[in-house]
Amino acid sequence: MKSLKKWWPTPVRSLFLFLVWLLLNNSVEFFHLFFGLVLAWLIPQLIHKFRLIQPGMKNPGAALRYGFMVLWDIVVANMQVVKLVVGPNKNLKPAFVKIPLDLTDNLSITILASTVSLTPGTVSAEVLPLDVGVDEPRYLLVHVLDLADEAELIQQVKQRYEAPLKEIF
Amino acid sequence: MSWLEWLVALLAVAGSLFVLLGSFALVKLPDFYTRLHGPTKATTLGLGALVLASMVYFNFVKGELSLQQLLIALFLFITAPITAHMLIKAALHLKLKTSAPTSGKQNADL
Repeated sequence: MKSLKKWWPTPVRSLFLFLVWLLLNNSVEFFHLFFGLVLAWLIPQLIHKFRLIQPGMKNPGAALRYGFMVLWDIVVANMQVVKLVVGPNKNLKPAFVKIPLDLTDNLSITILASTVSLTPGTVSAEVLPLDVGVDEPRYLLVHVLDLADEAELIQQVKQRYEAPLKEIF
Repeated sequence: MSWLEWLVALLAVAGSLFVLLGSFALVKLPDFYTRLHGPTKATTLGLGALVLASMVYFNFVKGELSLQQLLIALFLFITAPITAHMLIKAALHLKLKTSAPTSGKQNADL
């Protein structure tokens, strides 16, 4: 068991690398299988020392649901953005908004920021303040393309995206 | 044309349209911050639709297994928000001008 841990320090990552290698080559020939296996072993060995331990998933089902919800929201958000882009510029109400965060760890804040960038008319700009400890409150600065109501936007992001992320991690 | 080919055509045209509109946003919107919205959203969806069209074409119309396109989608969805984040961070750092009606500038320290 101990040697298994030593040779394959991160089994999930190894499996992922192996699959990505096969997808890149789009084939399951012996040579690709073999070389994929070598890479899946070698790369985790090389980068193991630099690894930052991330929190594990508490609830994979919720993560899957979150993924599909985000995919759907990307489609909806795009329709809205396209409508805004085609319409006249003077109807736009761009704004910077601060969204207070309840999340504290870096991984879930990163996922939230990426989601916010991909979905409803917003791009995340910054997590502020930069120089606080891990447990102090922070907020996400976002740029909104067309702001209707600030409180409503904050509410929406917190309910729709932050709450499920708190469930997952 | 079979219905699969119609589906491929629909996805390819819709995808191209979204990419085009995303690029159009770059030209048309008033300032740097608003222009960022085009490539992060419309282009992502457009490329997603193109990738899907390619997958349907090769897997079902041509009948050969091809999942490579999943990787394009995966890398795209991981990198697009990061690119946008770096660009807007740089813009804030340089204090680029916002268009007149932008509210909440004090939030961004502009």
